[in-house]
Amino acid sequence: MSRYWKRNQLRLAPWLFLAPGLAMFAVYVIIPIFQSLSISFYDWDGLGEAVYIGTDNYVELIDDEAFYISLKNNVIWLALYLLAVPAGLFIAIFLNQTVRGIRIYKSLFFFPFVISQVVVGLMFSWFYAPDFGLFYKLIELITGQGIAILAEEDYVTYGIIVAGLWPQIAYVMILYLTGLNNVAPDQVEAARLDGAKGWKMLWYVILPQLRPATFIAVVVTVIGALRSFDLVSIMTDGGPWGSSRVLSFYMYEQALSEYGFRMGYGAAIAVVLFAIMMVFISGFIWKMWRDETER
Amino acid sequence: MVHLKTGALALTAVLLATTAVSAQQRELKYYGDFDPIPLAAMEALIADFEAANPDIDVVFQNFDHEGYKTAIRNFLTADSPDLANWYAGNRMAPFVAAGQFQDVSDVWEANGLSDSLGSAKASMTIDGKQWGVPYTYYQWGIYFNKDAYAAAGVEVPTDWAGFVANCEKFSEVEIDCLTTGTKALWPGAGIFDYINMRTNGYEFHMDLTAGKVEWTDPRVKATFAEWAKIAPFITSNHAAIDWQDAAALLIQGKAANYVMGNFAVGVFKEGGMTNDNLGFMVFPEITPGIPRAEEAPTDTIHIPAGAKNVEDAKTFLAFVASADAQTKLNGAIGQLPTNKNATVDTSDPFLSAGFETLSTAYALAQFFDRDAPAEMAKVGMEGFQEFMVKPDRIDAILERLEKARQRIYN
Repeated sequence: MSRYWKRNQLRLAPWLFLAPGLAMFAVYVIIPIFQSLSISFYDWDGLGEAVYIGTDNYVELIDDEAFYISLKNNVIWLALYLLAVPAGLFIAIFLNQTVRGIRIYKSLFFFPFVISQVVVGLMFSWFYAPDFGLFYKLIELITGQGIAILAEEDYVTYGIIVAGLWPQIAYVMILYLTGLNNVAPDQVEAARLDGAKGWKMLWYVILPQLRPATFIAVVVTVIGALRSFDLVSIMTDGGPWGSSRVLSFYMYEQALSEYGFRMGYGAAIAVVLFAIMMVFISGFIWKMWRDETER
Repeated sequence: MVHLKTGALALTAVLLATTAVSAQQRELKYYGDFDPIPLAAMEALIADFEAANPDIDVVFQNFDHEGYKTAIRNFLTADSPDLANWYAGNRMAPFVAAGQFQDVSDVWEANGLSDSLGSAKASMTIDGKQWGVPYTYYQWGIYFNKDAYAAAGVEVPTDWAGFVANCEKFSEVEIDCLTTGTKALWPGAGIFDYINMRTNGYEFHMDLTAGKVEWTDPRVKATFAEWAKIAPFITSNHAAIDWQDAAALLIQGKAANYVMGNFAVGVFKEGGMTNDNLGFMVFPEITPGIPRAEEAPTDTIHIPAGAKNVEDAKTFLAFVASADAQTKLNGAIGQLPTNKNATVDTSDPFLSAGFETLSTAYALAQFFDRDAPAEMAKVGMEGFQEFMVKPDRIDAILERLEKARQRIYN
């Protein structure tokens, strides 16, 4: 035994250290993925007998208007949420200067990321609230007719995304601020001697050095957009008449909410959402792999 | 003796009550989901029960109201209590079908409950057996602001045509004729239930919620045609507000009428309304001659299949069903007893009106989300919300509901 250990210590030690993490990852991530996959082939209310129905849940999904609304909203979320990246970069560059009290300003800009999404959602619902909301009053002042954003099917998703962007921009800003700390001053100096300034300086000298920060910012933003749930749940509960649902919320509604308990159908939605996420995740992993091996 | 896992107050109560503990007490576990006022009333009822049955120790645990709806699915299958709160009608059907509730027909038989709880019997019956005991219900109807009526210079209507005509007058003085807050969807279903029951009658409404009638049926369309008459006069942003926000509109006189349950009276009065300017009326007749049915959601107690102390649980159910216990409990929570021999506080005009309304009603519905299966309720209530904002989409909405019906009920 001990001889075996001595001979293979170098090979075994990493696995021993990895074991707790791997076990957790298997129990809470890998195994549930396959469980969802298998539940999605059943009709099950969580209480009684689960009945195998093959691909019926998926067939129903293809013909489900609510599913397409959720899917469309997810695409809108994804597209608009990415605005957080340039916006965060802009604010980071703006704040990357040495002025008296700059730390306070930075903290203030970072503040929305610190407070809970639930609080952000509540604040924005009051902001949009008919009759007394600030935004509602403002629109009323300008146009004479207030708009209750969260009651209008055409605006509601955008209203929620704006609420989501607020903390997300702060998050991206922090990523870029730390990135900017690592920008090599000698390169900036050299570029300046060569006459670069303004946009050219930003585009050809600063941004390339910020690539790692940009990569992380895009990753967290894409994942954040796809798993958006709390804001939808707090601000509208998917309404009005389901027009602000996203896939993750629809899955929750079908599987776990008061009127749901269709575990199979919820699992089918989860599988679709997972497939969409997988496209992005594989892309990210592939890029990371490439970067690692190139070195 | 009452054990409570919440609150220091309760602890003092326990300490006071423990003076005469006997080792022979049998434990009766009871899970419920009461708000503070009903909780106090139920604790008083439990104390009375224990006084009458010194050998039984009721161990009560209270849950958060919303959390309970999920928790019950877990504890029924995992660690079942001897008694559990739930609701009548189709809401209990999944648990009955899954064999999670026990048949308590013998309690009904032995205590003559079919007679004394007659009005609630139908909603407690599945497959000819009773699956629980109701302890309270409350009426729905139209609550109105008398000041708003005075401001618009109109009289309280006696029929549907009068109600619709009033709406025109209210809109002239910029008062919402009818208010509601459908962010949580269910308040809209109250309006649908009433218009449908008044247009097509109780039996049709029950057939519809039971999935026996197509949603594209001309009679359903007739219901929505009546609804369309008042749709433009309903608070315009109701999809973004909760029912309490809509109650504020009624309190401020910005809205005149509100189709609501009696539990809203507390909110109206907290907002400053009194018996002088808050009014209650039964939803007006639409199709002449149709027997008047009402909404009366019923709260119930059941014995889970996994109960360990079934004998004492049945004793408790019989106690809860008794006229005295129901009089006291409902007096404390301001609702109506389901036992017809119980009495109500006559000084409360809304309770007496409700008692009168329900006891003279032809039949009682539970509420859309309890009469219809959960999935149908969800799709339906979304449809109602959409209809009130976009009445012209009625055909698309009804087709969507019909598609859902065909899937859900087969």
